[in-house]
Amino acid sequence: MRSIRIGGGAGYSDDSLWPALELMRKGNLDYIGFECLAERTIAIAQQQKLADPRKGYNSQLEFRMEHVLPLAKEKGVKVVTNMGAANVEAAVEATRKVAEELGITGLKIAGVVGDNVFHLLDRYRDLPVFETGERFGDLDREVVSANAYLGIGGIVEALDRGADVVITGRCNDAALFLGPLVHEFGWATDDLYGKGTLVGHLMECSAYVTGGYFCVPGKKDVPDFWNIGYPIAEVFENGDTFLTKLPDAGGRVDRQTCTEQLLYEIHDPANYIVPDCVADFSKVDFIEVGKDRVQAIGATGKPKTDTLKVSVGYRDSFIGTSELSFGGPGWKERCDLYFDAAQKIWDHLGLKPDEVQFSIIGYNSICPDVEHMDFDLSRIPEVRARIAVRTKDQKTALALLKEANPGLACPAGTSMLSMSVKEALAILSLLIPREDVPFHVMYQEV
Amino acid sequence: MKLFDIAHSRTGDKGNISNISVICYDRKDYPLIAERVTADRVKDFFRDKVKGRVVRYEMPQLGALNFVLYDALGGGVTRTLDIDPHGKALSQFILYMEI
Repeated sequence: MRSIRIGGGAGYSDDSLWPALELMRKGNLDYIGFECLAERTIAIAQQQKLADPRKGYNSQLEFRMEHVLPLAKEKGVKVVTNMGAANVEAAVEATRKVAEELGITGLKIAGVVGDNVFHLLDRYRDLPVFETGERFGDLDREVVSANAYLGIGGIVEALDRGADVVITGRCNDAALFLGPLVHEFGWATDDLYGKGTLVGHLMECSAYVTGGYFCVPGKKDVPDFWNIGYPIAEVFENGDTFLTKLPDAGGRVDRQTCTEQLLYEIHDPANYIVPDCVADFSKVDFIEVGKDRVQAIGATGKPKTDTLKVSVGYRDSFIGTSELSFGGPGWKERCDLYFDAAQKIWDHLGLKPDEVQFSIIGYNSICPDVEHMDFDLSRIPEVRARIAVRTKDQKTALALLKEANPGLACPAGTSMLSMSVKEALAILSLLIPREDVPFHVMYQEV
Repeated sequence: MKLFDIAHSRTGDKGNISNISVICYDRKDYPLIAERVTADRVKDFFRDKVKGRVVRYEMPQLGALNFVLYDALGGGVTRTLDIDPHGKALSQFILYMEI
């Protein structure tokens, strides 16, 4: 029975490239997927494109392609990626240029276009915002981008037409891996789409399934943690799936790493909605069939929904944060004094943040519920007091932080003040009809 | 004993929703965590952090539970004031739970 090998080459926009190149050199791959878009990334990319129409694709694209294309050509590995971000056509052109400069010929580069639905937003004013249920039209903020999560359609079409490199914009992460499987095997059932979606879900975060985001020394040790290799999926025509890694790379692949990644970013395992199906992972199990080799069984699927999810980027607010170090006995009382004084000076000056958070790094900044856990604070020698404020503009954030940190009128022994203000470009989601989002594929060749 | 002794965990995030897995090292401990680590208990454990409800899903074949925590990330990963916007570290904090 036929099988193909797909590598996971990146799990986010700035993921390290070297383990991906190792996979291409030694992994005997047929495909490699590079997942490089987070929720907010495309909104930022859209703003870049507005400022410069030749920009808006992943900033690491040329760097990656310079190293990836020669290996792709030499080893016969097809590349599938969403590095197109907000400007797929420019990404395809940039990739063609890299190939040309490297003297590579006989390469067909495809771009999947169509995820941008910004121009359609007026028709969705009465739709509920997925996260809050509020009417989208009531949003009192400037919207800067809207991109639908496309499925495998464009990727499969591009591969069917002989593309060696497929570049998409916003698409479902698992589609980067399901697409090649459907192209190779002609899968057409929800069951197989569900199995392929599991492959994608396990592979879309690179090292997360091979020992990354996992190590607890003494409990869950990771061999050669400094050199964790990226994953390889070996998938058979009937859907049988094996997860593994390069034998000489660091890391590990076993029930524990696979179970953690299976349950990463999913809610109801029986209903994992992607553009191409509703995957059902509720009966998934993992069988260790060898060293760092796991068979994934039990995934299936149900028919896809009739909507596509759209990520809408909007300018939410400004966020200012400051941190100040405290150490030695009585740090808690000094922190409380510092926070109290900040609130008092703001009240006195009539400065009001839209939202404020006072917390202590080293104590309760990650989880406020430590207050219920009876930790002995006298055992903690040093902390950083953190102030975070939300405002409508940068000026107010800066003023709040400045007044909260008067410089010399501070508690004993404080130091190392840091401050920053950034704009919060936030994302909300809408569910829109599929027929509103046609895609097409464009091609360039060297 | 603490959950840390018998289970491991990972968090994921989507918007303002965190999900935390609790996975037994040894599947024979699953009945114990299924009994003791309920959605109510997790909600109580994170009562200040999590503003919404907690839903529990069960994967007995994996010895695992998946908790979905609503309104847990300060308004959403992309706009929260929280220092850990994705709630990545919550997976390790849940392991402080007494069993």
